[in-house]
Amino acid sequence: MGRITLDKVEKSFGDVSVIPPLDLTINDGEFVVFVGPSGCGKSTLLRLIAGLEDVSGGVISIDGNDATRVPPAKRGLAMVFQSYALYPHMSVRKNIAFPMRMAGMDKAEQDRRIEGAAAALNLTDYLDRRPGQLSGGQRQRVAIGRAIVREPAAFLFDEPLSNLDAALRHGMRLEISELHERLKTTMIYVTHDQVEAMTMADKIVVLQAGVIEQVGSPLELYHSPQNLFVAGFIGSPKMNFFSGADAAEHDAHTIGIRPEHLTVSTTEGRWKGTVGVAEHLGSDTFIHVHPEGDPAATLTVRVGGEFVASHGDTVHISPLHADRIHRFDAEGLRI
Amino acid sequence: MAPAVFLLLVWMLVPLSMTVWFSLRSYLPLRGGDQGFVGLENFVRFVSSSAFWPSIVTTLMIVGGALLISIVFGILLAILLDQPMWGQGVVRILVIAPFFVMPTVSALVWKNMFMDPVNGLFAHLWRFFGADPVVWLSEMPIFALVVIVSWQWLPFATLILLTAIQSLDGEQMEAAEMDGAGPLSRFFYLTLPHLSRAITIVILIQTIFLLAVFAEIFVTTGGAFGTRTLTYLIYQRVLESQNVGLGSAGGVYAIILANIIALFLMRIVGKNLDR
Repeated sequence: MGRITLDKVEKSFGDVSVIPPLDLTINDGEFVVFVGPSGCGKSTLLRLIAGLEDVSGGVISIDGNDATRVPPAKRGLAMVFQSYALYPHMSVRKNIAFPMRMAGMDKAEQDRRIEGAAAALNLTDYLDRRPGQLSGGQRQRVAIGRAIVREPAAFLFDEPLSNLDAALRHGMRLEISELHERLKTTMIYVTHDQVEAMTMADKIVVLQAGVIEQVGSPLELYHSPQNLFVAGFIGSPKMNFFSGADAAEHDAHTIGIRPEHLTVSTTEGRWKGTVGVAEHLGSDTFIHVHPEGDPAATLTVRVGGEFVASHGDTVHISPLHADRIHRFDAEGLRI
Repeated sequence: MAPAVFLLLVWMLVPLSMTVWFSLRSYLPLRGGDQGFVGLENFVRFVSSSAFWPSIVTTLMIVGGALLISIVFGILLAILLDQPMWGQGVVRILVIAPFFVMPTVSALVWKNMFMDPVNGLFAHLWRFFGADPVVWLSEMPIFALVVIVSWQWLPFATLILLTAIQSLDGEQMEAAEMDGAGPLSRFFYLTLPHLSRAITIVILIQTIFLLAVFAEIFVTTGGAFGTRTLTYLIYQRVLESQNVGLGSAGGVYAIILANIIALFLMRIVGKNLDR
């Protein structure tokens, strides 16, 4: 129903190569998140799959059929855009009906699907309004509704939540995950927010400069990042890196320890340092420590609950478990 | 009273009240001068003249024709100019250029260079294909005038419509493409509704100026062959017949007509701008 395979797909704009040849398989029913920093080519990759950009080389197949030269409308994919891209002069009902109308679908069937989508997305009361009269979250739901009624082989989401405020974003994240559970349709989701990636994905694809750095489930990426980039990108706050003598002790060029795998003590520990900023979240406290001898560097430590520390205090930090230390070689690859 | 308001009132009220004043008097500069009040006689005579209704029809035909051409071609040109192409800046300036040519000049150029039945470019073209040249200004004078006037106003329409097209959201177009809308559907379902506001503004502004078209008629047909518009009729009454009173009555009719159209258009614009 929605198995998408990319075989040596590449894209360049003029002389600039945005995506070097890349292979990827997305299985039917999977929720795949493309994540990476701005400009890493994740949106371009999504647009290549959608057909909005032409590939410079390689083959895209959908359910085993070569779709490389198939126009976007014929690929059976539905896309939700960052700006929602609703048609402003049409009512919500007409917006949702648009793809079905273009396909020349039977009117009764159109109405049935609109009612279904509206009920599922809490839009029934807003069907006769125009997009301009709706809030951001409602517009987002209309955009999703317009995608659902097509019953596509796969949904493509291009940073759909980046225009919403934090509270709404959290709510919509749950709604999209619920939707995936219910529909069991393949979803490809692009975001720069690693929290969205971690919470929603079955499979995360970490991209940097058009290159896939690692593909794996959220916990695989968390527990065994394949290289320094993935280690630094996945996890919040960021992983702490040590090099030099500290790393040599573990036969590595660089070692990384996540903030939650460090422990802090006022009396003794592996590294001595002074407290910089302490972020109190209530449930956790993030303490930023400047190690002795390298005051410009910062180590982040997560302490459960409340930890009273003020600016300038001397503290000692130690790794919590020896097996939670990630080791990397000189090329930045995991040992 | 604020000085600006005062200036505006003087600017508008003095000519307006003088027109109304003269329209009520029998004023024949070469035949006895100002001969006092005659009541509404000028108004009755102006509309009962055999030239009145044809002049209204001509006016509406020229205004309507020029609007139709400048909007249809304006949309097409705007879409064309919106495409990325080499030398875009220069091409855009060239398209706007006719707007800067004075009406008298452009009408004369059209009359002598294109539409002249002996030496005009069209005449040469027609003869090249073995056809008899069309005597544009006498055989199809209203069409010829509409072409000349449209040529002057097309750049204005194109400019306004181009800026509107440029503000069309690219993601909407892509969404429609993914929704299975072909180029024609995208034009009718997205581009055209998006342009509706700009189109209304073009219609409103152009109508006001097109009602006052004069120079083009003056230098081409001189009002002959049924090209007398209301404006031209007023000119003839005042200057050719030397009847200021009758012409002023015509002027008052023109004001009323323009206001009816303006009111009508403002309501459409108001409706359109609310969205």
